[in-house]
Parts: sequence; C-alpha cells; structure tokens
Amino acid sequence: MNGGNGIAIDVKGLTKSFGGREVVHDLSMQVKRGSIYGFLGPNGSGKTTTIRILCGLLTPDSGEGTCLGYDIRRDAEKIKRQVGYMTQRFSLYQDLSVRENLEFVARLYGLTDARGAAREMIKRLGLSGREEQLAGELSGGWKQRLALGACTLPNPQLLLLDEPTAGVDPKARRDFWNEIHALAAEGLTVLVSTHYMDEAERCHEIAYIAYGHLLTHGTVEEVIAKSALTTYTVTGEDLNRLTAELTGKPGIDMVAPFGTSLHVSGRDVAALEASIGPWREKSGLRWQRSSPSLEDVFIELMGRSKDNFQ
Amino acid sequence: MSVVDHPAPRHEIRERFGFLRRSYAMLVKEFIQLRRDRVSFAMIVMLPVMQLMLFGYAINTTPHHLPSAVLLQEDSDLARSILKALENTAYFRFLYEVHDVEDFDNLLKSGKVLFGVEIPRGFERAVRRGDRPALLVAADATDPVAASAAIGSLGMVVQTALKHDLYIGNPPEMPFEIRAHARYNPTAASSLNIVPGLVGTILTMTMLIFTALSVTREVERGTMESLLSMPINPVEVMFGKIVPYVLVGFLQAFLIIGIGVGLFGVPVLGNLFLLALLSVLFITTNLAIGYTISTVVQNQLQAMQMSMMFFLPSILLSGFMFPFAGMPAWAQYLGEGLPLTHYLRIVRAIMLKGATMENLRFDTLALAALMLLAMTIAVTRFRRTLD
Repeated sequence: MNGGNGIAIDVKGLTKSFGGREVVHDLSMQVKRGSIYGFLGPNGSGKTTTIRILCGLLTPDSGEGTCLGYDIRRDAEKIKRQVGYMTQRFSLYQDLSVRENLEFVARLYGLTDARGAAREMIKRLGLSGREEQLAGELSGGWKQRLALGACTLPNPQLLLLDEPTAGVDPKARRDFWNEIHALAAEGLTVLVSTHYMDEAERCHEIAYIAYGHLLTHGTVEEVIAKSALTTYTVTGEDLNRLTAELTGKPGIDMVAPFGTSLHVSGRDVAALEASIGPWREKSGLRWQRSSPSLEDVFIELMGRSKDNFQ
Repeated sequence: MSVVDHPAPRHEIRERFGFLRRSYAMLVKEFIQLRRDRVSFAMIVMLPVMQLMLFGYAINTTPHHLPSAVLLQEDSDLARSILKALENTAYFRFLYEVHDVEDFDNLLKSGKVLFGVEIPRGFERAVRRGDRPALLVAADATDPVAASAAIGSLGMVVQTALKHDLYIGNPPEMPFEIRAHARYNPTAASSLNIVPGLVGTILTMTMLIFTALSVTREVERGTMESLLSMPINPVEVMFGKIVPYVLVGFLQAFLIIGIGVGLFGVPVLGNLFLLALLSVLFITTNLAIGYTISTVVQNQLQAMQMSMMFFLPSILLSGFMFPFAGMPAWAQYLGEGLPLTHYLRIVRAIMLKGATMENLRFDTLALAALMLLAMTIAVTRFRRTLD
C-alpha cells in the first residue's frame, strides 16, 4: 500500500479562503487506513471545502499533507486515480443511462473490461433491470446508490463521501451504511460527512468542524468524554416554562428539548447543580443525571463556536 | 445492498494508451448525450435547410481597389495609359504584372486577384490603324456583386480617361473594343456565390454554439465536479468534446452542398476530397474556438452571447455579405483573423473555380494556425480545479 504507515490521510494546517472569507482555518487531521471517519458540523462549516482539498479539486492557501502517501499539492493527479469522490449534489450525467454512466467511469479510469465492470457493478448495486434507465429519472435513493457504485468502480483506496445520505429514506440509509462497513472491511478508507447523529455513531472516528475550525475529534466515547459535559434529563409538566427560566443561568450551557424530556447540560458541574437546585425539588418534575448524548455535545459545541467565531 | 452475494469486483487498470482511452470515454459520452438531445439534433438538420431557403440575395455595394493583375504582351505607351486610366477609376489596383498566360490564370484561380486585364501583342499598332482591337478584361465572377459593378463601369471610364491621353485624335467611338469575360460564373448567378458562402456561415454558427455550451453545461449541471475528480486531463476533455461534432459538422456540410448542387445547380468543379478535407479543418477550427469560449465564460447565457460576438463579425467581415476587396484596410486585416474568411475563399475556389491545394496553401495554413491558437488557449484556460 502507498505510504505503508497505516495512515490514509495526514494533513496539517490546511487553510482556504474564498474572496477574503476564511472557510477552512488551520485544519489538521489524520485518518487511519481501513477506518470510517465521520465529518460533522453545521452547514457552511467547511466540510465540503476540506473534502475537495483532499481530493485535489481545490488547492489550499497554506498547509500541507499527504493523501494515500501522495502530496496533496504536487500529486493531485495520482490521488485522483486512487480516490472515489461522491459529491453532495448528484453529479453523474442525468441524460446517460445507469449502464452508460458506469461504463464512462470505467473507461475513464482505464479498466480493462469497461462493459464487464459496469455489468458487475449493476448487479452488485441491485440495479439489474434498471440499467437502461436514465440516471436523471432515478429516485433519490437509487441515485445515491449509483453514485456510490460509480466511485467504487475503479477500486479506489479512499472514498470521500460528501453528505451521501441527505434526503434519503431510513431503509436506504441503513443499506448504504451496511455497504460502507463492508467496503471498510475490505480495507477501504472512508471519509464521510453527515448531519445525522445515528450515522456519526456508526463511524470509527469522528471530527467536528465549525466555521472552518476542527473543534474535536476521536471515537464517539472520546468525544463525549472530552466535552466534560454533565447532563441532567428532566421529564414532567410545563417544560417550556422551565426552558425559559433555565436558559442563560450561570453554569447552564445548554437547554435542549428531546421529545418529552429536556436535556440541561453544563461543563461546570458545581455551577450547573447550583443553578438547577431550586427546581430539583419541584413537584411534577423528575430529574435524572445522565451521560450526554453525542447530539448534546455537538449542540453545545455549535453554540460555543458561534460565540467564538461569529 | 447485497454485499455478501457479490464481493467487490477487481478489474485491472491499464496504463497504456491512457490518453486515447480517456479521450474515447469522453467521446462516447458526448455522442450519447448529443443523441438524447433531440432539439439540438433537429437543429443540425433544420438550420442549413432554413437558411438556404430563406436567405435573401446579396447586398449590392460598390467595390473599389479590387486586386488586379495585368497580362502585358506589349509594352507600349498606349498600354501604360490605359492601365493608368483604369487605376485612376479607383476600382482597380494593379498588384501583379505578368507576361505569361498561365501565371495570369493562376492569379485568378487562387483568388489573389479578382480582375485581370490583358493587353495583346500589337495592340497599339492595331489601334492606330483603326482596327478596333479587343482589350480583354477577365473578372472573377464567383462574387458577382464585386465583379459586375466594376465591369459595368469599364467602358465609359476608360473612354473618358483616354480622351486626353490619346494622340490619335478624338474619334467619335472607342478606338478599341473592351471584351469583358466573367469567369467562373458567367451568368453572375447569386446562388453560385451564396451556397458556398452558406456552407461556411452555417458551420460557423452551429459548431461554435455546440462547443461553446459544452464546458459551461457541465459546470452548471454539477457534473464538472465529478469529472474533475477523475483522472482526465484538459487535452483529453477537449478532444472528447470536439471529435463527435466534427462528424456532425461534416454531415451538415454534406447536406448544404447536396442541396446546393441538387436545388440550385451549383457546380463542384474541384476535387471533392480536397473540399471534404479542408472542410474538416474549418469545422475543427470553429469547434476549437467554441470550446475556448466555453472555458472563458461563467454560464451558458454568456457562452451564447460570446458566440454571437464572434459570429457577427464573421458574417460581416469575411466576404460573405460584402465583397472582401471592397472593405477598408483595417476591416480586411480583421477579416484575415476570422476562419470564415479563409474558408469562404477555399470553398468558393474549389466549388466554382476548380482550384487545387496549390492555389489554397495560404488559406489552409491560416486555418490551421487559427485552430492551434484556439486549442492552446483552451487547454491553458481549462481549470483543473474548482478554485
């Protein structure tokens, strides 16, 4: 394998600006080979830009690093041969059929038997019977499946998936993730950006990025532990009034409703407990200390980063 | 997905002939897309037919300083006076003085001159004797507008001019006869001039627009992002996008010339293979220019506008609408920079004059140079990244 050190992506200090606005700021990250790396963060946080830098579609203003052992600045063409990039917006040819799209990709990468490779991929994707359908006429789920098929066709070593499951139904989403795990088991490295917490939890490692800054990374457990967040779950009546009263109190960093319960979190346990003290004994409210969910951590991070960078 | 049933297929990747392979991939894709785009496909056929049927006849302008040659078989004072008088009319400008009939014919055939005046041996003596010898004027009438005005003015102008110069008295009638010979298009039929011209203009218009939209369309549909992330280089993209349309252009040229021959009786005197070959060169030049436009503009609307910006001067300055020789010098210089100018000379010369490669060397080289220039700009302008 290229590089041979078990690291697929190794970048330091990536910075990229568009028209004077810094979209990615001093971003460093490492992704292990064969792992699934989740990229999380609010819209416009620089996830897509980072992915584009990694596959050579954008040149960073500063920073350096390697992708599959190749220099991201010098060897963009070599990286392109080994990387499958699935764009956020469907970017195969809508006026070409499923088969024609796959054959186009196979030919472009120089596969010895383009037709055969396309045929096998159609079977693998479960698209048999739809091969002559125009890509533009497929439903969202099928389009996404085709796009994944197209970028895995030339046997890449690294997959960059930019919000691959946006707007796809839960069943298709689950199938998709099963496929990604199967590919990773075969040794493929996968970097995937997403907004879904359940998907984040299916990643081996995750990173959270906001306003171009990589705020935290690690396994899900590590990220939760690093947040040092204490969370209380409250159930009971009139949670709306409680929300209004608790918000902004010292030690309370976040009050977020989750269905019929309310999550109250803070990083300073003493201050948090002091602030919620008066309400803990109130009748009709049940308080329970729990470990924060990934979503709690991210919402808290998002709120914090907003203050810092906006 | 049934991952377990179908393990990931492993296909070998070939490195050899990568350039051809990738260009071919692009080409197949473009062909399929063109086939699916029915409106564009209809346009390829409808446009030439409509143009041919609807095109009005040429606009008459008075040309001046027409490039001319003189075939001098006698060097006499009278001959000099006549030439001077002709030049004084401002219709003619004598660029060549030859003494050999073959040279004279070649000048006309290659389009270097539009007019030739032949002064035969023993002309002065015959005039003095009152024999009324013939002064032969040969005109390239493939462009009847330019030719007819000049021919029409000949007789009177020469007579007036000579009145004062002649030392043989003042005879009541012309001391010699002017025999005008409208070569290549004796009846001065406009269609003979228009049909070959239309081949050029229609090709310019359709070819330019097809490729001008090609890159911007990929950007607008978002497919460019995916294409750029794959290992294909700008030259391969360009070839893949140009080659299918060379065939389309060829088909179109065939259609127009076919209608021209069948319906308007336009002859094809020259070599059909040479015509096809140089037409392909012209088609490719236009495709390259269109492709260059598409690498410069931001969206499809701009691409259309820029194509029109190129198309208009092509029509006006190439000699399609107005006689090239009648334009002021600066306009002629501009015209030399347009592929259509050179192609019009080529297509008219081959179809109507039976010209050979020998006669058309300059225009062929000019077309090739313009094509290479456009391709170079396109390849350097093509952005490999989304920066």
